[in-house]
Amino acid sequence: MKKVLILLSSTALIYACGGSSSNKSNQGSTNQATQTESTTPESKSDDYDATRGEGKFTSENITIGATLDTKLAKAGEEIQGVKCSSCHRLTEEKLVGPGWKGVTQRRKPEWIMNFITNPEPMIDKDPAVQAQLELCLVRMPNQSLTEDEARNIYEFMRKNDGVK
Amino acid sequence: MKKNIIAVAATGIVLATMVSCKPKNAGNAVSGDAAQKSFVAPGKYDEYYNFVSGGFSGQLAVYGLPSGRLFRVIPVFSVDPEKGWGYSEETKPMLNTSHGFVPWDDLHHPELSQTNGEIDGKWVFGNANNTPRLARIDLKTFKTAEIIELPNSGGNHSSPFGTENTEYIVAGTRFSVPEDGAGDVPINTYKKNFKGHISFVSVDKESGRMKIAFQLKTPGVNFDLARCGRAKSHGWFFFSCYNTEQANTLLEVNASQKDKDFIMAVNWKKAEEYIKQGKGVKKSVKYAHNVWNEETHTATSTIEKEVLVLDVAELKDICYFIPCPKSPHGCDVDPTGEFIVGSGKLAAVIPVFSFDKLQKAISEKAFDGDYQGIPVVKYEAALYGEVKKPGLGPLHTEFDGKGNAYTSFFVSSEVVKWNIKDLAVIDRVPTFYSVGHLCIPGGNTRKPSPKYLIAYNKITKDRYLPTGPELTQSAQIYDISGEKMQLILDFPTIGEPHYAQAAPADVIRNNGQLKIYKIGENKHPYVSKGEGEAKVIRNGKTVHVNMTSIRSHFAPDNIEGIKLGDEVYFHITNLEQDWDVPHGFGIKGANNAELLIMPGETTTLKWVPDRTGIFPMYCTDFCSALHQEMQGYVRVSPANSTVPLTFSIGTNIPKAENK
Repeated sequence: MKKVLILLSSTALIYACGGSSSNKSNQGSTNQATQTESTTPESKSDDYDATRGEGKFTSENITIGATLDTKLAKAGEEIQGVKCSSCHRLTEEKLVGPGWKGVTQRRKPEWIMNFITNPEPMIDKDPAVQAQLELCLVRMPNQSLTEDEARNIYEFMRKNDGVK
Repeated sequence: MKKNIIAVAATGIVLATMVSCKPKNAGNAVSGDAAQKSFVAPGKYDEYYNFVSGGFSGQLAVYGLPSGRLFRVIPVFSVDPEKGWGYSEETKPMLNTSHGFVPWDDLHHPELSQTNGEIDGKWVFGNANNTPRLARIDLKTFKTAEIIELPNSGGNHSSPFGTENTEYIVAGTRFSVPEDGAGDVPINTYKKNFKGHISFVSVDKESGRMKIAFQLKTPGVNFDLARCGRAKSHGWFFFSCYNTEQANTLLEVNASQKDKDFIMAVNWKKAEEYIKQGKGVKKSVKYAHNVWNEETHTATSTIEKEVLVLDVAELKDICYFIPCPKSPHGCDVDPTGEFIVGSGKLAAVIPVFSFDKLQKAISEKAFDGDYQGIPVVKYEAALYGEVKKPGLGPLHTEFDGKGNAYTSFFVSSEVVKWNIKDLAVIDRVPTFYSVGHLCIPGGNTRKPSPKYLIAYNKITKDRYLPTGPELTQSAQIYDISGEKMQLILDFPTIGEPHYAQAAPADVIRNNGQLKIYKIGENKHPYVSKGEGEAKVIRNGKTVHVNMTSIRSHFAPDNIEGIKLGDEVYFHITNLEQDWDVPHGFGIKGANNAELLIMPGETTTLKWVPDRTGIFPMYCTDFCSALHQEMQGYVRVSPANSTVPLTFSIGTNIPKAENK
């Protein structure tokens, strides 16, 4: 029963968040019903894991090789050109969003892959992302990346960070 | 009847007494729980989608029921600068006709596609009255996907009614006219030279692609409305006809002479047999067929040259006329397919015809002679019975699937509920004012969903705050879940809400709604898949700008080297891949409209600068906190200028000269 109460209160919290950001500019997904659906399963507890982020990826379900997988990195570079490069430089320079240089050293792979596939809840919960939002003022859009595409982009980020 | 009165009195419903004295003021016709019944809380969904024709607006509006909230206006036959419809290069071919580009029309009737006599949520069709056309709107995208013109027609009013599996959508001509290519004939040769044509347009089950399968050439009369047979009468179609007097002037008087006009019963399976036997005649005509391609985000318009025509005076057993009192408008078939209800605009009764009796009459040749070669079935031989003294000016009937019919009365401004079996009036409620068509969700299918009835009114008068000489048009929702009808909401509409259909929300929202166009699948010839592909190319005096938009900038956003006399095409690809994030595009001096570009879509605006100078461009659809920063400049130089063509974003090319 207690758990149910917690669930209810956390759902209410999400609703409240959704309501306060009713301005389209502040919302990745403007459909409240959809937003609630997609976030409810994740809000079973209040302990947001700032190391892992929130989404499908965990340290267990992804494998990162010791050396670069050039095939994945090449595929990732192509997607980057279509869906990411408008806002992110490959250097440390901030454009719309932060530059990519060094990101694989700052963040766990699962965090990065969760964030790029599931940005909306992480923008609301992750302290580092919220701090970044205060600098950039643009919520990173959900670019509908598949799990494979996210993995490929991560590999390209490694390449960009000098992994051979 | 007596029992009814007692029951009503016993329950103490005040409404009943009010109905009997027909209140002039609508306010007191609404009972206390109306607000509760029509209220849909913020953030909650409606139970039904309501597709309401925009009449002379040429568009189709989408409302929620029971809230009456407007969700979307789908541009169909009229240009819509807000959405770039008819202004972007990609959409211009959708409005092409054999007369060239036509920017406006008059859409009267929506028709939802059906499978096995039930709404399947795939498409909604619409008719263009003025320059006869049919449109198919895709309900995954809520976008007009196809428009086909109709030859040999004038005033496509008896349209776009469909069969039980959307095998055909029909299009009957309101005006009889000389056949296309008949040459120069005097108007007063109507009786000799003017003919009716009914188009049967086939619809591909998967793609929805339309094709004029055949046309029936009929005597010259006016066709008004139509309904397909269903269940046992599947294979038949029924059309109301007026002006059987064949008048060509002052129809108000001259087309109201006869006591009875006709309902034309069409055995379309018989027509198909004749076609198999090679009996149709190919006629040389000219009509446009416009198709939207979801992969290239572009329409193409093809002029078709031929149509197959069957002359129903020569080819027997396709058509029969059933006499129907006084200029019938509605011609509605009940969910069982047995009863055909005619509504004579000037009649004092509602005749109900029996499909079984009609078949018997045909097989026994119970005819009253013929009308220009078409057998006329004896009225009594096809008649099931008449609803006596139902009201003044019956127009249109919908069904609840529980054995009841609901007929609108234009002249007496009311809706009358009556029982089909015993033809007795059960209830009547006033409308405000002069109701035309009615809608019950699925009311023209085998399985209506009889919770609400909506009346679409022709006159609004004092219902809303005044807005000068032109007032909003209006619809009214009645709760019909009980024995008595109860008015629960008025809602204003766009254009003229001529007719409407409604579908349970789930049938449409779960049909695989498109949320974005996948950028990887975009096959537009000028797509930019990423900013790396953005560029500006000169080809003589034509300049193509392949531009991208994403929150919150265009790439490129500085362009120089455009010269006076150039034609510039902005091909803008929206790189967003998230639902509900369109970007807009406007540039100063454009003689057309803005673009509204959906996520993953590419759209083109043609721009011909008329003077030299700096032209600002910007995003018109509020997209982010930095939306007001989403802007750029185009420099237009004199025709003989040597300014090189350059484009850039984020850095000045050539280098900044500011000191």
